[in-house]
Amino acid sequence: MPSDSAPLGTPSKVTQGSPGSPAQGGIGESTLRPDGTLKVTGEFAYSSDLWHEDMLWGQILRSTVAHAEIVSIDTGEALAQPGVHAVMTYDDLPTEVRNYGLEVQDTPVLAHGKVRHHGEPVAIVAADHPETARRAAAKIKVEYRELPVITDEASATAPGAVLVHENRADHHIGHVPHPNILHRQPIIRGDADEAARRAAVIVKGEYHFGMQDQAFLGPESGLAVPEEDGGVHLYIATQWLHSDLRQIAPVLGLPENKVRMTLAGVGGAFGGREDLSMQIHACLLALRTGRPVKIVYNRFESFFGHVHRHPARLYYEHGATSEGKLTHVKCRIVLDGGAYASASPAVVGNASSLGIGPYAVDDVDIEAIALYTNNPPCGAMRGFGAVQACFAYEAQMDKVARRLGMDPVAFRKLNAMEQGTVMPTGQPVDSPAPVAELLRRVEAMPLPPERQWESSEGVDVRQLPGGLSNTSHGEGVVRGVGYAVGIKNVGFSEGFDDYSTARVRMEVVGGEPVAVVHTAMAEVGQGGVTVHAQIARTELGVARVTIHPADTRVGSAGSTSASRQTYVTGGAVKNSCELVREKVLDLGRRRFGTHHPAWAAAELLLEGGKVVTDGGEVLADLVDVLGDEAVEVEAEWRHRPTEPFDPRTGQGNGHVQYSFAAHRAVVEVDTELGLVKVIELACAQDVGKALNPLSVVGQIQGGTAQGLGIAVMEEIIVDPKTAKVRNPSFTDYLIPTILDTPTIPVDVLELADDHAPYGLRGVGEAPTLSSTPAVLAAIRDATGLELNRTPVRPEHLTGTA
Amino acid sequence: MDFLRPASWEEALAAKAEHPTAVPIAGGTDVMVEINFDHRRPEYLLDLNRIGDLYEWEAVEGSVRLGASVPYARIMEHLRTELPGLALASHTVASPQIRNRGGVGGNLGTASPAGDAHPALLAAGAEVEAESVRGTRLIPIDDFYTGVKRNALAPDELIRAVRVHKADGPQQYSKVGTRNAMVIAVCAFGLALHPETRTVRTGIGSAAPTPVRARTAEDFLSAALDEGGWWDNGKVITPSVVKQFADLCAAACNPIDDVRGTAGYRRHAVGVLARRTLTWTWDSYRGTAQQKGMVA
Repeated sequence: MPSDSAPLGTPSKVTQGSPGSPAQGGIGESTLRPDGTLKVTGEFAYSSDLWHEDMLWGQILRSTVAHAEIVSIDTGEALAQPGVHAVMTYDDLPTEVRNYGLEVQDTPVLAHGKVRHHGEPVAIVAADHPETARRAAAKIKVEYRELPVITDEASATAPGAVLVHENRADHHIGHVPHPNILHRQPIIRGDADEAARRAAVIVKGEYHFGMQDQAFLGPESGLAVPEEDGGVHLYIATQWLHSDLRQIAPVLGLPENKVRMTLAGVGGAFGGREDLSMQIHACLLALRTGRPVKIVYNRFESFFGHVHRHPARLYYEHGATSEGKLTHVKCRIVLDGGAYASASPAVVGNASSLGIGPYAVDDVDIEAIALYTNNPPCGAMRGFGAVQACFAYEAQMDKVARRLGMDPVAFRKLNAMEQGTVMPTGQPVDSPAPVAELLRRVEAMPLPPERQWESSEGVDVRQLPGGLSNTSHGEGVVRGVGYAVGIKNVGFSEGFDDYSTARVRMEVVGGEPVAVVHTAMAEVGQGGVTVHAQIARTELGVARVTIHPADTRVGSAGSTSASRQTYVTGGAVKNSCELVREKVLDLGRRRFGTHHPAWAAAELLLEGGKVVTDGGEVLADLVDVLGDEAVEVEAEWRHRPTEPFDPRTGQGNGHVQYSFAAHRAVVEVDTELGLVKVIELACAQDVGKALNPLSVVGQIQGGTAQGLGIAVMEEIIVDPKTAKVRNPSFTDYLIPTILDTPTIPVDVLELADDHAPYGLRGVGEAPTLSSTPAVLAAIRDATGLELNRTPVRPEHLTGTA
Repeated sequence: MDFLRPASWEEALAAKAEHPTAVPIAGGTDVMVEINFDHRRPEYLLDLNRIGDLYEWEAVEGSVRLGASVPYARIMEHLRTELPGLALASHTVASPQIRNRGGVGGNLGTASPAGDAHPALLAAGAEVEAESVRGTRLIPIDDFYTGVKRNALAPDELIRAVRVHKADGPQQYSKVGTRNAMVIAVCAFGLALHPETRTVRTGIGSAAPTPVRARTAEDFLSAALDEGGWWDNGKVITPSVVKQFADLCAAACNPIDDVRGTAGYRRHAVGVLARRTLTWTWDSYRGTAQQKGMVA
């Protein structure tokens, strides 16, 4: 239960593990999630369930146009409405810090004189009822004078193009060719032009990747409670509490220690909660009114309330010898960053450095840029720049193989990178890179039977393209098979100080040793809370582990992003456990050292609630060693440092670890109607060490399904003339249902990365990369069409686009 | 907003007469979405959930009188023999939860061109039983859809039921969406063979401002079937006739480009669906198909 002062819906401590099973539940076991049953039964308290006595409801007024000067804002009528407690615009912001941003502080808390994208926050309202707040917001009169919209590279860099941001002063402006280009990263290695002369075939292609939404099911929401010391306590669903804090506090004019943050129940993230949404707005209204303020977006607003995956145009040239060895790759990746920077610079770094995929190529010429446009802002989403590139380079690999008359898998294996391969950035891959092996494994899996929709009882339309819509009983249906493999970096790159913090406490509770793990890690569904308990059991030999709710009373855990949390915060938990173990052993030596020579001489472990020697001899019960004392450590932990990429050549040891997955897609396409049923998406992935095999398979299946979504249905459609979003709803932004989700057999490899805790490798993103191009390849196989864009719509398969 | 809760059909009619702008609500699967999205703020909501008769159906001579609120889930379960086209259409409606709440009355009241029931009702030749304090009238389905989201109901009328002839021949229904379940129609097609009258009827959804029939295609096919003696000899319809029928169905569309699909695709897809559903129904008529595609 939350303490007396905490709002309802605040997460409480969760103790996992039952007494009497001390040897169970360590790493490598599929312990069950403490939040699993609650989520499935609907009892889990999400941030949208928070409730506080006397709370007000916040509402945001958003721009109805994409690019316009704000001529005037009239809040009079809204303020006059009974039940309204506050209306705030840019002019009401309390300090001179009025912008925020993950890396570049270019995003206004509330629009200042101009809006740069459809749905930009213009004003905020607090009222005693959500409907009152909504109606009041609708009464705010905003007069716009519309400006021309920048929607793509051509309009962004045209002569005389209007600038999305004037007077840029960020650290990228010095190396970009145009102020409407946020960041540019070239990567040059070898001599691609020279190498091209050795090529027997050269294949060029242009590809288009649509705008994908994270589509997390729990919309943005949180509750800001003003505190007696003039500060505020924000209960929030986010991916990184301390990153939010760093951006929120200056806008409020408060020192960071007066902005307390507690992680509320998070309903999915996938990158969409890396940027702030309603955090500052709720705090501003709470401080202005002196009342707790809750804000919950609905689905419509959520589509405007977070960044999306960058749509991209990608231009590739691959060359290969007649024997099938790649000679060179040239590529140019144009990412549409939309109106604000968000994570775009880092996405550019990933797209460029991972731009040729998991292949060994000595001569490369890569360029990636992110545009500023008036389209919706784009930023982090699972796969983070590597997804768009993988879609294109894997299409290219199939094209080159076909040109050479080679089997596409054999061609990939021939060019697959391995441990020791040098990346385009000049960085050698210094841990296992089993790319060829992953391909071999997915290829070796048995294929699903042909005409699997037929049985003795007739046709099961659920197994056919169109499903329950009853469009085909087998007519027009052609099967296709396609392969893809991808490479994703793990952790924050390019010299970022990517650390985490863990506080671990060990004491006797109820006659039993218990470990308490306290981190600021955002549990967004990835299963970190399960893994932390497993690590503590393994390192400290206890059965019971209590996971403390995440908050800012402990140091930063970094972001739940970049497949990094099990590696980095898991590493921090492991490290703090080791430090606690040393302290416990010191305690034991002081108390019992004279009883047995092994206390001084032997390697000691904590196992099954006891101190044991590495030979297995029991020296003492932890209960006796600890007595009334509590041993506690809070420590930061870092992975190996990385370096920035050279701005001109892209050279540098920019990444700490790579993650690889391969997919084989089997699809059935109704070639007359252009409908697709993905029958199976087999995946093989190297995870280094599966700390929780069940969670690992879950991550791989989830990532695979998300990749399927952008292959055949998911796309935010932005009107190219107005830059307005046309389908901000789950009615028209389609995500896969269970009838769209195929069986996903998963083959998990565990080839240890000796640099990582337990040898583990980040898992969450790699499967999202190769899933999409595998499905596209399978559809191409079925239809013979070129299909250079994703998602594929029925129009593209029927010549009716 | 006032919430009117009549306890009986008579009270409901009286309330609608007194408040002609009142919006009837039964399953709420359309109305509540519109209210939640703030697309509509009716002065009065007229709750029909207490009127049990609307959830009943009965056989009346050769017809089924289907209460306006009978949920799609029950149509799928209980009326597959009598109303096979509508049962297939019901299968394609949204999700199981929505199918447990929504009924044909709501589809008719909203009269969206994308309503899943319309093509099946058109093909079956249904009649809408509209009632007011002034009395009852039967509106032929062909006259019911009068414009985009407009219908032939008078302001004081409520939909009591639809009357649909029990199928006298095979019926089919197909819908295209860009997802394999729970999707709004990009286009839909219903086809009913009526061997007793030796006629064929069609219904097209989401491919014109209103649900429409492909009358020219129907006339062509009816004539061709007569001419070939096919109703009697049960031969396979020649491919050129099937193709001509499909082309005429496609030509009956008057679609738009929108986020769900292009006009060109809709026309194309309706043609494909017309060809396939004709093949399925005719095969069935010939006694060769065994309930293909009718999954539990």
